[in-house]
Amino acid sequence: MKQKLKHLQGKDLIFVCINSFLLILIFCVTVYPLIFVISASVSDPAAVSTGEMVLLPVSPSLEAYQFVLSYQAIWTGYLNTIFYTFLGTLINLAATIPCAYALSRKDCPLKGLIMTLFMITMYFSGGLIPGYLNIVSMGLLNTRLVMLISGAVSAYNLIVARTFFANTIPWELHEAAFLDGCSDFRLLTRIVLPLSSPIIVVLILYYGVGHWNSYFNAMIYLQDRAKYPLQVFLREILTLGQFADTALATGDYSPEDMASLLRQVEKADMIKYAVIVVSTLPMMVIYPWLQKYFAKGVMIGSVKG
Amino acid sequence: MIEVRSSGKVRQKSAVHGLWWQIIRHWQLLFMTFPALIYLFLFQYKPMYGIIIAFKDYSFKKGIWGSPWCGFENFNQLFNSYWFPIILKNTLSISLLTLVISFPMPIILALMVNEMSNQRLKKIFQTVSYAPHFISTIVVCGMVILFLSPTSGIINRLIELFGLEPISFMQQPGMFKWIYVISGIWQGTGWGAIIYFAALSGVDQSLLEAADMDGASRMQKIIHINLPVLVPTILVLFILQCGSILGLGYEKVYALQNPTNLSGSEVISTYVYKIGLVDKNFGFSTAAGLFNSVINCTVLAAANAISKRVAHTSLW
Repeated sequence: MKQKLKHLQGKDLIFVCINSFLLILIFCVTVYPLIFVISASVSDPAAVSTGEMVLLPVSPSLEAYQFVLSYQAIWTGYLNTIFYTFLGTLINLAATIPCAYALSRKDCPLKGLIMTLFMITMYFSGGLIPGYLNIVSMGLLNTRLVMLISGAVSAYNLIVARTFFANTIPWELHEAAFLDGCSDFRLLTRIVLPLSSPIIVVLILYYGVGHWNSYFNAMIYLQDRAKYPLQVFLREILTLGQFADTALATGDYSPEDMASLLRQVEKADMIKYAVIVVSTLPMMVIYPWLQKYFAKGVMIGSVKG
Repeated sequence: MIEVRSSGKVRQKSAVHGLWWQIIRHWQLLFMTFPALIYLFLFQYKPMYGIIIAFKDYSFKKGIWGSPWCGFENFNQLFNSYWFPIILKNTLSISLLTLVISFPMPIILALMVNEMSNQRLKKIFQTVSYAPHFISTIVVCGMVILFLSPTSGIINRLIELFGLEPISFMQQPGMFKWIYVISGIWQGTGWGAIIYFAALSGVDQSLLEAADMDGASRMQKIIHINLPVLVPTILVLFILQCGSILGLGYEKVYALQNPTNLSGSEVISTYVYKIGLVDKNFGFSTAAGLFNSVINCTVLAAANAISKRVAHTSLW
């Protein structure tokens, strides 16, 4: 290390110092909110709202989690989200992979036309209302099916997958298979798919994260609470409760009212922090394991957009 | 085989024959595209027909085709409405702010991380920087609201520490675009940098060594060697970003909105949603959406054309 530093002369030394300092700062800014949320979810709410709790929990308790875990809506939402994410991603894969493979083949008929049809939808769409009327006209309003198939193929993911197939499956492999009388279907299922696990993981990740995080479609198309995914319940808990704050900031209250209202808000905040942890934990645990794949996915996508 | 040898007319004919022959020979390939194509027509192209209700006095009973035409009445109404200048200004200011401030962040981050010499630390840094991307929009918005709360938020405790009065961030329309952009930077910079990391792995190592020989400083190497490698990627992403200048998504804006900051937070897409699906004024709302898409496509095409001429990089 010392030897390395010796190599750095004047200007470079300053550069390395500033660069390291800034990176450490960025690191802290990224991580701090995450640690804060976890700590706040187990701390005494009063300590959080007075700013006494800065990084580590103060007088920890699991009270908020007990409340969250006994709150039925969270579980309904969780189950629905798992259902939509799992089945939805499966449908995404079943529609995207065969199409991407066919379009990657240089001998695929009409591939230019089909490709153009997909590209257009990347830049232009019917818009919110025509889309909504379309869903209504197909009788899909307020059905679980709409959550599964309304985004079955993303043009971007299709292109990423097509680029992968075109660049990694050698044409000689196809020729050899044809000589042995292999059909295109068998070629896809027996030869190409076993060689394509990286792109399958990338697609699962991209589509899966999309399903897990989406709330707007559910808000528009679903009416029964029993069908709501987790994000819609989270919205009710996390962002619709802003008004207590507004009332506190502007309202005219007697000191006792104010104190009890403040306690309620503090308690509600603690529950919100716990809800954030409960809903975000699965993703936080899973994504580092898939990191090498999604880095690869972006790279494939950037080869030719 | 015979057709290939002969010339002129016959060869032209063989091209047509060729397509049919190819379709018959590779019907299985074509078949593989069917699920995706069926989806494409039912969920992407079929709704486009519904755009005509922008020019109609739409009523649910009469349906898309049965409703009477009304020309540009919906557009007139839109351009003369009280909210139109406000939503246009908000959409533009949030998008431009994103373009100017958020867009360069991943580039700078990638160049900085690229200079880290310890590979393990680099890996850990990258992993951590991706984390916010995996937090859902709703949760990020929830965190923003909690942190900025005037009574219990950590940001206001910090402000009080400096002896200032707490600020009700979420209740001030003027603050909204900054809240939107800064939280976006926190969430998106690390993830956005991946594509630049990928591009940086293509830097010619011998160039860097030659620069070392000539006594180039780190900063000089970044500006003259690393940055030029990123330019094509930057251009493509910049064109795409220009194309979505009015296409500001509703998900995050809608989640951060409240009645008190509406004059700073209502954008075209949230307005389309409210007028259309809440107030059920379908024709009017579709007109607003169509106006939005047309502007987007125009800006995208213009940015693409400029980039094609100036830098020989383009999307199509």
